[in-house]
Amino acid sequence: MEWQFDNERPIYSQLVDILKLKIVSGEYKPGERLPSVRDISSEAGVNPNTMQRAMQELENQNLVLTQRTAGRFVTEDKERVEMTREELAEGHIQSFVKLMEQLGYSKSRLIALLAAKIGEVKE
Amino acid sequence: MAILECKALSKSYGLTKAVDSADIKIEAGRVVGLLGPNGSGKTTLIKLAAGLLSPTSGEVLIEGMAPGPETKAIVSYLSDRDYLPDWMNLNQLLDYFGDFYSDFNREKAIELSKRIGVVDNKPLKTLSKGTREKLQLVLVMSRDAKLFLLDEPIGGVDPATRDTIIDTIIKNYNPDAAVIISTHIITDIEKILDDVIFINEGKISLVESVDDIRAKHQKSVDAYFREVYKC
Repeated sequence: MEWQFDNERPIYSQLVDILKLKIVSGEYKPGERLPSVRDISSEAGVNPNTMQRAMQELENQNLVLTQRTAGRFVTEDKERVEMTREELAEGHIQSFVKLMEQLGYSKSRLIALLAAKIGEVKE
Repeated sequence: MAILECKALSKSYGLTKAVDSADIKIEAGRVVGLLGPNGSGKTTLIKLAAGLLSPTSGEVLIEGMAPGPETKAIVSYLSDRDYLPDWMNLNQLLDYFGDFYSDFNREKAIELSKRIGVVDNKPLKTLSKGTREKLQLVLVMSRDAKLFLLDEPIGGVDPATRDTIIDTIIKNYNPDAAVIISTHIITDIEKILDDVIFINEGKISLVESVDDIRAKHQKSVDAYFREVYKC
């Protein structure tokens, strides 16, 4: 997952999404120690305060936790990670379905199209 | 106490008001973009804060003090001009900065110079324009200052150099210091800013956080700036 930003949404909320994806995809593993805000900001090319705010949001959502002296860690709660995966998937599906509706697909036609296309995708 | 405070700050050249009753307050830990078209008063405002110009009226305060030797000791200013002496080499240049500024961190300067590829001690005149700009920024960022005033640090450099400059600013982030970056090239720099100040014809027209602008207008600061200043 690259640190790429669109021009419509606040950078902070895009950081939250990218960090979640990194956790869900296993790039940051459960229980793993995260890089410091300074290092991760430099990697992402963003303001450290914005990164700090995104981390704080992940903390509020119990995806990461701070241990006073040792730093910041990804949660070990695999169910919490799984929940985030589903949340992200749901968001993507919703916007996909909306777009397909705009393209004129009925629900049954969309399902048929998906079934056919997924069949073509190699595992 | 705010690191920088301007109260009804004005600077006139004859009938031209280069800065027109600017009120600004910048706290420690903020990285602020001073954005405006060419000739909008960015450089004048920065020079007032650096103590290089004196106000026609109003006040500029650095940690509560009017510009003078005490404020110059805590303000690190990057000029928009190339002022590196051609005949010096890196070592001589570091000595020179060390003599001038008691907060100059030589080890840091050596480390940062290495990162931009300036290691040997050839005369500075052998360096390219882009490298000289990066080196000037390295020197300015190597001070343990409270206020960094960077006048057009990314004007006229290639995108890779721009990335190095932006990374240098992030890596040197200090929660006890404030950074002000003047620029008219916003795209690359808005990700590293907390807040932006829009200035036009000497007047401050907007002070807002980058993410608030994006949330309110669903567009980047760059796109918003183009809209506001469309001719």
